Amino acid sequence: MEKFITLTDTAVPLETENVDTDQIIPARFLKATDKAGFGENLFRDWRYTQQGEPNTEFSLNDPSYKGTILVAGDNFGCGSSREHAAWALKAYGFKVVVSSYFADIFKGNALNNGLLPVQVSPPFLRKLFDYIKADPLGQITIDLDNQKILIEGTGEVEKFEIDPYKKTCMLNGYDDIDFLLSRLESIKKYEEKQFVL
Amino acid sequence: MNKTLFDKIWNSHVVESIPNGPDVLYIDKHLIHEVTSPQAFNELKERKISVFRPEKIVATADHNTPTLNQHLPVKDLLSRKQLKELTQNCEENDITLYGLGHPYNGIVHVMAPELGITQPGMTIVCGDSHTSTHGAFGTIAFGIGTSQVAQVFASQCLLVEKPKKMRVNVNGSLKKGVLPKDVILYIISKLGTNTGTGYFCEYAGNVFEEMSMEGRMTICNMSIEMGARGGLIAPDDITYNYVEGKEFAPKGEHFEKLKAYWKTLKTDKEAEFDKEYHLDAADIEPMVTYGTNPGMGIKLTGSIPISTGKSADKALEYMGFVPGESLLDRPVNWIFIGSCTNSRIEDFRVAASYIKGKRKAGNVNALIVPGSRQVAEQIKAEGLQDIFEEAGFTLRQPGCSACLAMNDDKIPAGEYCVSTSNRNFEGRQGQGARTILASPLTAAATAVAGKLTDFTKSLN
Repeated sequence: MEKFITLTDTAVPLETENVDTDQIIPARFLKATDKAGFGENLFRDWRYTQQGEPNTEFSLNDPSYKGTILVAGDNFGCGSSREHAAWALKAYGFKVVVSSYFADIFKGNALNNGLLPVQVSPPFLRKLFDYIKADPLGQITIDLDNQKILIEGTGEVEKFEIDPYKKTCMLNGYDDIDFLLSRLESIKKYEEKQFVL
Repeated sequence: MNKTLFDKIWNSHVVESIPNGPDVLYIDKHLIHEVTSPQAFNELKERKISVFRPEKIVATADHNTPTLNQHLPVKDLLSRKQLKELTQNCEENDITLYGLGHPYNGIVHVMAPELGITQPGMTIVCGDSHTSTHGAFGTIAFGIGTSQVAQVFASQCLLVEKPKKMRVNVNGSLKKGVLPKDVILYIISKLGTNTGTGYFCEYAGNVFEEMSMEGRMTICNMSIEMGARGGLIAPDDITYNYVEGKEFAPKGEHFEKLKAYWKTLKTDKEAEFDKEYHLDAADIEPMVTYGTNPGMGIKLTGSIPISTGKSADKALEYMGFVPGESLLDRPVNWIFIGSCTNSRIEDFRVAASYIKGKRKAGNVNALIVPGSRQVAEQIKAEGLQDIFEEAGFTLRQPGCSACLAMNDDKIPAGEYCVSTSNRNFEGRQGQGARTILASPLTAAATAVAGKLTDFTKSLN
């Protein structure tokens, strides 16, 4: 997995609440058997009209917004467990998703793919939306080591929480399989004494 | 002492706890299907590691399968390739697969319980968020992503932080025509779609104690729709009787020994929850959703609430509804009875009992999709197939079907579908499709009337 330490970039706003994984990547694109190519179909039915034309009202199609940070409304990533949602966001080029709330499974999937979910307070999320809209070229910094998100243009900072184990994984590019494989002996011991189910 | 049901199962599955980090949790059963497993098998191949405990894995094909002509090669090439990869991966790794056409094939959350694979006290995972269904047996069951599928392949364990605990109590008598689906839609409409995020939810109270296993599965199935990773109900005689005699259930002395253990799986009286809710069964009526998340629910005879903001406006615009309006008498051209929420025999019995002697309205396309081959056989054996066919309903072969519309079973853009599935997200049942979630009884009544109707008046 790619390491994540710190990132300063512009952001793309997606001011919708309860963005579910069916919107992030609709089910009809889940037929692939590898992880490649999901970026093209990210937010497919919001990015394109039913006739296949780009929907100019959707923020990802607005040429003034660019960057590797997605700032989204409350309860991002709810619904299906499809990890394809994290793959699609990553393949499109996002490295960070900021929201005031993340659904559990999505959060785990994102962390397992080096996509950092940053949970901020609702007032700070409001500030981020206002800042990006006022100045689409305004920079935002995410400092994982110090667990801080900074609005460069205004100097406003907020601390964010992350599981310490997951933080170590992100900072070093480790993943869970490596760790679990190192525990196989204790797993076998557990199996020997487990009440048989 | 004073542990919850959840604590008891969780604690007995912790291999070790990482200081300041997650637990290494042992998984008793790993269920897999064609859509979320191929990349996990690839991951193992790339790392040159093998599946650690193949005997603890069971596979089925359900998400991406046709519901017509299952004996013929699958027409969609991408779907066919995905199914072929599942077969190859299972063969190469000695994993039991109940593929398309096998008598045990079906939706993963329907076939595993009916075969006795799901048993109380277990930890069960699957790359599917509705794995919460199995919590009905008093198991810790939750959906995982594909990276985690690979972790369980590699180690039969997962690295997970212990979630917080909540309890929802529903007591009292349910009104006539109120089904388990209405109970869970009511709970989600009251608590919202993210109340459960970070939690496992135990359901308690006489309403759940008196419910059949199939009803309990419907309840636990939709725990994820309020954000909870899983739901669970304490096992009791109804649970033991359901499990006993099932194909892969323990037999004889082994069963009795396990049953004695299962009897200890109850929340202690003094145990505490991080949050707790109490709801009155008498307040629950048949429910329908009006928006684009399962929390946007009202009683069938109610009216759409006044807007709560931009996202609610966007949802109503998508649905073609306005605040304050009632959904009664709204013409509906599609109904779908199926999905891991409501595709078990009791769901079809209740629908058939309403439909018997009636016909569907001319404007309605009525799709009936059993959850498994076994349910399909039972529909035939009990004479329900004749009732459905005489009423003009279309009975298909089992699978996830129009719940997520990965196959050809799609609802056309702009059309309303009263659906017994679990998600009313934009485009979930097909691009532009408008989903109204409801119980099998509401769906059946809608099919007959050709519109949403207050059927409770006609129940005896």
